[in-house]
Amino acid sequence: MKFKILAAAAAAMMAAGPALADLTVPALNYRTGPYAPSGIPYADGFSDYMTLLNERDGGVGGEKINVVECETGYNTEKGVECYEQTKGQGALLYIPQSTGITYQLIPKASADQIPIWSVAYGRTSAVNGEVFEWVFNMPVTYWDGASVAVKYAMEQEGGSLDGKKIALVYHNSAYGKEPIRTLEALAEKHNFELTLLPVDHPGQEQKSQWLQIRREKPDYVFMWGWGVMNSVAIQEAANIRYPMDHFIGVWWSGSEADVVPAGEGADGYKALTFHGVGTDFPALQEIKSQVIDAGKNAGDGSKFGEVGYNRGVFTAAVVAEAIKTAQEATGNAEITAADMRDALENLEISDARFEELGLGGFAPAIQTSCAVHSSPRLAAVQQWNAADKTWTVLTDYMEPDFEVVDPLIEEDSMAYAQEAGIEPRTCE
Amino acid sequence: MPEQLLFAMEVTLNGLMAGVLYALVALGFVLIFKASGVFNFAQGVMALFAALTLVGFMEGQIPFAHLINAIFGTDIHHFGWHVNALVAILMTMVVMVALAWCVNHFVMRHLVNQEPIILFMATIGLAYFLEGLGDLMWGSDIKNLNVGLPQGINGWIDETTFNLFGYGFFIDNLDIVATIVAVALVIVLIAFAQYTKQGRAMRAVADDHQAALSVGISLNFIWVMVWSVAGFVALVAGIMWGSKSGVQFSLSLIALKALPVLMLGGFTSIPGAIVGGLIIGVGEKLFEFAVGPLIGGATENWFAFVLALVFLVFRPQGLFGEKIIERV
Repeated sequence: MKFKILAAAAAAMMAAGPALADLTVPALNYRTGPYAPSGIPYADGFSDYMTLLNERDGGVGGEKINVVECETGYNTEKGVECYEQTKGQGALLYIPQSTGITYQLIPKASADQIPIWSVAYGRTSAVNGEVFEWVFNMPVTYWDGASVAVKYAMEQEGGSLDGKKIALVYHNSAYGKEPIRTLEALAEKHNFELTLLPVDHPGQEQKSQWLQIRREKPDYVFMWGWGVMNSVAIQEAANIRYPMDHFIGVWWSGSEADVVPAGEGADGYKALTFHGVGTDFPALQEIKSQVIDAGKNAGDGSKFGEVGYNRGVFTAAVVAEAIKTAQEATGNAEITAADMRDALENLEISDARFEELGLGGFAPAIQTSCAVHSSPRLAAVQQWNAADKTWTVLTDYMEPDFEVVDPLIEEDSMAYAQEAGIEPRTCE
Repeated sequence: MPEQLLFAMEVTLNGLMAGVLYALVALGFVLIFKASGVFNFAQGVMALFAALTLVGFMEGQIPFAHLINAIFGTDIHHFGWHVNALVAILMTMVVMVALAWCVNHFVMRHLVNQEPIILFMATIGLAYFLEGLGDLMWGSDIKNLNVGLPQGINGWIDETTFNLFGYGFFIDNLDIVATIVAVALVIVLIAFAQYTKQGRAMRAVADDHQAALSVGISLNFIWVMVWSVAGFVALVAGIMWGSKSGVQFSLSLIALKALPVLMLGGFTSIPGAIVGGLIIGVGEKLFEFAVGPLIGGATENWFAFVLALVFLVFRPQGLFGEKIIERV
């Protein structure tokens, strides 16, 4: 009897499950665990935009998009499990949502011929499409970000950082160490003094680092933090009365979850960004009216318009455009992962196209190529207003110092090619 | 006075304050280990759960709202009222006592006479369960905890030390409050253990379960009481750490900071937890200050364990732990 009940339940579950669509996009999300406050807004934004396309347009090119969520808890092993579980379902690409998972998936996905898109994280030198054929890291890399932060500080100082001090507070991990090489090269070029202050995971205790900052009084503090490390750092900076407008975080240190716990103390804190803030975009308003208000949203709707949510919308919009590009290139509505890869390296989303998508001014235009897997490699600076609980974008999107960053990318990617036994392809 | 000496003094003071915060977490471990011989792996998660519950009550959040909404298709999140911090703390204590009863009733009493490793494994399971329960009850958003504790640089100390030495020391007001609370907590716990009937019964159980049973002490009652007191200590630790970093799921990892404190202070001594915390706090901060810059920094996590291991070489039972003599 028990067996019959179980069999009936299993059959009912299978019947009730989502129908397999042809455009399968696995979403390696983390809605649970210590990093859920960062993972939930992104996951909601990504799914809600795809729901909007499915509901409003019937998907892309007449094919519905099937977002297959798999919970990683931001855990690398679980991320790899998710990859193995979902790759057989016709996955078009993977967005790993973690540098650790990205590093694990680079060789696997390359062998399985499924593209990986690490959205402004992962391995910086994956910009080099001649070496990393299946890996993309648009729209901007950590090395670009470090360079933009220096450029912004230089502008604030009237064009020179000569003799100035910059401290980097960073998560003591491969991710946190990413900008060091670039910052060291820039310190030499612009003659500023760089102080490195690592913070061990998870970063709940940072007194030593901030006492050092209080003693040495750096002109700027940059932060490559993650999770609780961000909010503790912002609180400690407020405690020592460090001028918050001279404290600049990378885009993973610039969400509501990072600043809200510090309350008023976080006012004026700055962070890099590669997309717009707020909800004043037609596409976002359509998500509100057609998805959230209609009760078809992925989460509870409370994250709508947050930094992470908008990042999810940006990612989903680019994925949808890549699908459309692939469909147009092949003439088929049903595309393969290889078609998707080709589309990702021939992607062109102009300002006018963003406008058509209801995302005019939301992000700078994108144009990738066989050789360059990241575009547009621009970042802006946003600032937190604690009273209104809003971010405001302060600057235009700025270019990094390509003279410094590009040779580093070339050097690192070639070292990887040699280590992995990859013969770089030639791009026309 | 040389500048480096002033900096070292400031670091030492901050180390003492950090040590008090570590000791607050370690106290919960000591209480349960002392009374029942269980190393409670879930102590850090209990601090998280207590802090989540406190914020939930203060903000009038509806427990299990996500689950209710998912099942019934409703859209409820808050009751629409806010609860005073003190009342919310009392309500949270009631929840922690209920949790203690549940832990004893559903887990611990079924494991009487089991090997310590089995009990330890049970608390690992409990940690994962509580983390999931906290997520399901209150959601995984990062929450701002404000029970009215002062935070930020203490102006008086800054000014006084500046007038004395020409360099103002940084001491966080929250750390000062944590120190006062920890001292008060230790006095209350020691007084409870020494001068109350229940406290003496707790010590009797800690000394010998069977002897305590033979004189009519209820093991179940004592264990519920001990887990309740550990829940209270977890709530205090949760308030202090939650005020510092917001209430979020990494809060459970503060337990890692308590381990070297326990190794050093001993698993069975309340004063040991405090002294151990202070030694670890000062040791790790001074090491980071003096040696950290020479070897790339981020030394605090591992140095705390190295320091505890060095002490263990000379006193395996910890500074204040009971010396266990096993006769063959």
